[in-house]
Amino acid sequence: MDKITFTIDGQKITADKGMTILEAALENGIYIPHLCYHPDLEPVGVCRLCMVEIEQRGLFTSCNTPAEPEIAVRTETPEIEKVRRVTAELLIVNHPFDCLICEKNTNCELQKIAHFIGIDEEHINKMRKPERILPIDTSNPFFIYDPNRCVLCGICVRTCRNTVSISTLDFMDRGYNSIVSTFGNKPILESRCVSCGECVARCPVGSLKPKETPIPSREIKTTCPYCGVGCGLILGSRGDKIVSSRGDIENPINKGQLCVKGRFGHEFINHPERLTTPLTKKDGLFVETSWDEALELIADKFSHYNGDQFVALSSAKCTNEENYIMQKFTRAVMGTNTIDHCARLCHAPSVAGLAQSFGSGAMTNSINEIQYTKSIFAIGTNTTSAHPVIAYKIKNAVKEGSKLIVANPKEIDLCEFADIFLQHRPGTDVALLMGIMKVIVDENLYDRDFINKRCENFTDFKSSLDNFTLDFVERITGVHRDKIIQAAVTYATHKPGMLFYAMGITQHTHGTDNVLATSNIALLTGNIGKPSTGVNPLRGQNNVQGACDLGALPNVYPGYQKVDVPAIKQKFEKAWNCTLSEEPGLTHTEIFDSILEGKIKVLYQMGENPVISEANASHVIKAIEQLEFFVAQDIFLTETARYADVVLPASSFAEKDGTFTNTERRVQRVRKAIEPLGESKPDWQITCEIAKRMGKEGFDFTHPVQIMDEIASLTPSYGGISYERLEYHDLQWPCPNDTHMGTPILHSESFATASGKGKFMPLTYKPSFELPDDDYPLILTTDRSLYHFHTATMTRKGGLVKLRDRELVEINPQDAEELGLTNAQLVKVISRRGVVKSQIKITDVSQKGVISMTFHFAESPTNLLTNDAIDPVAKIPETKVCAVRIEKV
Amino acid sequence: MEERLKKIFSSYTGKQHELIPILQHTQNEYGYLPENIMLDIAGFIRVPESRVYSVATFYGQFRFTPKGKKHVMVCRGTACHVRGAPRILEETEKLIGIKEGETSPDLEYSLETVACIGACGLAPNMMVNDVTHGRLTNKKIHAIFVRKEKGESDEK
Repeated sequence: MDKITFTIDGQKITADKGMTILEAALENGIYIPHLCYHPDLEPVGVCRLCMVEIEQRGLFTSCNTPAEPEIAVRTETPEIEKVRRVTAELLIVNHPFDCLICEKNTNCELQKIAHFIGIDEEHINKMRKPERILPIDTSNPFFIYDPNRCVLCGICVRTCRNTVSISTLDFMDRGYNSIVSTFGNKPILESRCVSCGECVARCPVGSLKPKETPIPSREIKTTCPYCGVGCGLILGSRGDKIVSSRGDIENPINKGQLCVKGRFGHEFINHPERLTTPLTKKDGLFVETSWDEALELIADKFSHYNGDQFVALSSAKCTNEENYIMQKFTRAVMGTNTIDHCARLCHAPSVAGLAQSFGSGAMTNSINEIQYTKSIFAIGTNTTSAHPVIAYKIKNAVKEGSKLIVANPKEIDLCEFADIFLQHRPGTDVALLMGIMKVIVDENLYDRDFINKRCENFTDFKSSLDNFTLDFVERITGVHRDKIIQAAVTYATHKPGMLFYAMGITQHTHGTDNVLATSNIALLTGNIGKPSTGVNPLRGQNNVQGACDLGALPNVYPGYQKVDVPAIKQKFEKAWNCTLSEEPGLTHTEIFDSILEGKIKVLYQMGENPVISEANASHVIKAIEQLEFFVAQDIFLTETARYADVVLPASSFAEKDGTFTNTERRVQRVRKAIEPLGESKPDWQITCEIAKRMGKEGFDFTHPVQIMDEIASLTPSYGGISYERLEYHDLQWPCPNDTHMGTPILHSESFATASGKGKFMPLTYKPSFELPDDDYPLILTTDRSLYHFHTATMTRKGGLVKLRDRELVEINPQDAEELGLTNAQLVKVISRRGVVKSQIKITDVSQKGVISMTFHFAESPTNLLTNDAIDPVAKIPETKVCAVRIEKV
Repeated sequence: MEERLKKIFSSYTGKQHELIPILQHTQNEYGYLPENIMLDIAGFIRVPESRVYSVATFYGQFRFTPKGKKHVMVCRGTACHVRGAPRILEETEKLIGIKEGETSPDLEYSLETVACIGACGLAPNMMVNDVTHGRLTNKKIHAIFVRKEKGESDEK
């Protein structure tokens, strides 16, 4: 970075070229009063308080005047003092004087300015206008907007517009009546606000402030427990309670930004419904018991069953260390490979598909590369709801000139920013993508050079495109051919291009084919192995990447080392000092079938809720009821845990140390902020206790740091990961050794396949398993709400409920009219597998013939309806498409 | 989207700088700027709805409530003010039962104040639709607004 030197008040200042005078001053410890400046935002120079004089030029607002070499800046002259005083006084006269009861007391920019320039009480009182009291908006569950304290600096307006691209707030009216408000002057709760709280975090005065404002007595850096983005959090605690949460500006991913769940969704941690003592079921009722008794019972029961009768369900919400311990317990103690977790229901096709084409099933590139990309193809991802902080980055990239193609059966929020929106029918992704690829090939827009050098199987693939004529694709997908051509040309000619996908691609009986179609298009356009390119599956849970990496899967040990390869089996047998099974275990969906067949009799479940999350949930309930012994380990008594024989209270992420691996393979620390609630214990500790009571060695860990060391010694891709290194480095796997700095971009030299080449996969179009017919004429697809997470075990414990409190079946106005339904009407949604009651929401967002539901609400358990037909390769059930009908209640 | 609005949009290209002409055109057509129409305008020119509302509220020419059949404008210009406009406004509000800036629920009346209607010689003034009433007194106002009760016209 080039440096320049100049003087402020005669002192020599060195600053980076391009810095403004204000930035240079602040960096050098010189205070210049300012209100509308915020380091995250473009300066606008509207508050006029940061006036400085550049000698021989005159007065300038320092926040938007670049520092130039050799200029002489003065911050104090009689003229500056005069101008600044008038400006400040005009703001102060209209501001309440009750600083002591204001939450921003001691942390308020206006207070700082008043203090700096000195205020004459008599003079101010003379200027004071008759009080104008504007109503305070308390509608939002998490924050208050008090317009009486607003100084019209516009930081909130610019944050909302430029940082998170929601644009809820703007200046309204004019002159003395100017106010920051929402469209139509509505309460914030009724506006389009998404409650991210970014404006609250930046408000320089007490105008936008959180409702709960205890000052924490200590703070600790950790990682957000919600989605796979892995934002850095700073949790504040006081006594044994978590009282605040804010974004970590030093975190490389979110740089201080958060979404509503990360910023405000921490109420679950100290919630009174948390499990705090072990429970055992006696005569159908839970009774409290001691740890000793519970663990003895479990150890005794587990010892009476062999491997074939045992299954473990691990958890993508738990840490890497806990998943490692869980799979080690399953394999080394119980002698079976039947361990799986919810990744089976979300990204199993990514692991299976991308392993075939690229040799490694993970996001190929990194989140921060989004800002430099030239085109973004978002297919089957409702990014603003499920991965909000990535959505901020996508929207900002679009503003910087990147093209955005959105393909989704629903007109999701991201469409507002899209250049091209392809609203295809659910389950027709292969046809859509192959159609686009055929255009790219026919128009000669593919990357010949890249394909020749780095790929194989192109000829076979090319001939498989022949079937995907525009006529055919238009008919299958319902997307107009012009849009298909436009999308093809845009993606192929704006490079580098990043492709993002999520559950819309994977949760199909042809999910693996869908994933292969995304890898084909990346190979075809050469968008892989380079910065700002790639195939980027967005992982749903905070640690679903890590749970897969650490072997909570039935066919692989940690680091995707196959259980049926003898050399690998021997390596683990030696390390764990035991005999291991070489037979791959059963997958999530197969497990419940096997229970019903009477083969599996014991279930040990950590942090999962399959009764709500599994497709065709009534099948799961039937299976669980048939178990001989069921241990559930969780932070709440979930819908599934109610069926357990023993319930063990686990500690939440705030009460333990560990690591999470985010969607871009970045391993990040989770740090203990408070002691475990009640008698709860971290999951790793509980599993180790059981193992030890069963007389097994290799579970004598006293801290997760020791577990990570064992992980690193056995898992090549985590070889260079240690707690010590994570203190100083951002590490993305593969990170094979202590000197390796991690791998932000995969496949840059060669692919991880046997031949080292990216493999094109010929594809055919396969319709979804269950299509609409006369009895079930509508397609049901599943979606997520921004305000809830998964089965809402954590998010339905506080203010988030006020933002969304029930299931709403989204239905197109035409379908609603044909069925004679009105908005908010209660209906029955019926599929071949079940009936669910819910209210409807009539909206254009859904296309005709397609309805959508979330699965956050246990009272309307959507997964009673969904289809458990599975993808033959990845074994993922088809939660995205099933046939239903709607009846009035 | 309403046909009327589609017709308005047909004379524009959907660029951001067309916002104010579209708002004017819409107000000419509808008499005010209904909220749902402003949402459609925001979508048409692809700017946030809050921006549309911000621009619309900045200018005095835009209104957000429908005009009554009789749109009353009480002049608050200097001359009128000196000659008792505040009392005229107060009396008018009492008579027609709505406050400044409001529209009666039956859409019969709407009331606003204006800075000057350019008839200072006749102060205090008001306009009801296109008709100017000057040298107002309370008595005269009563004569203008005989609240119709049995279907008779209230404007003499």
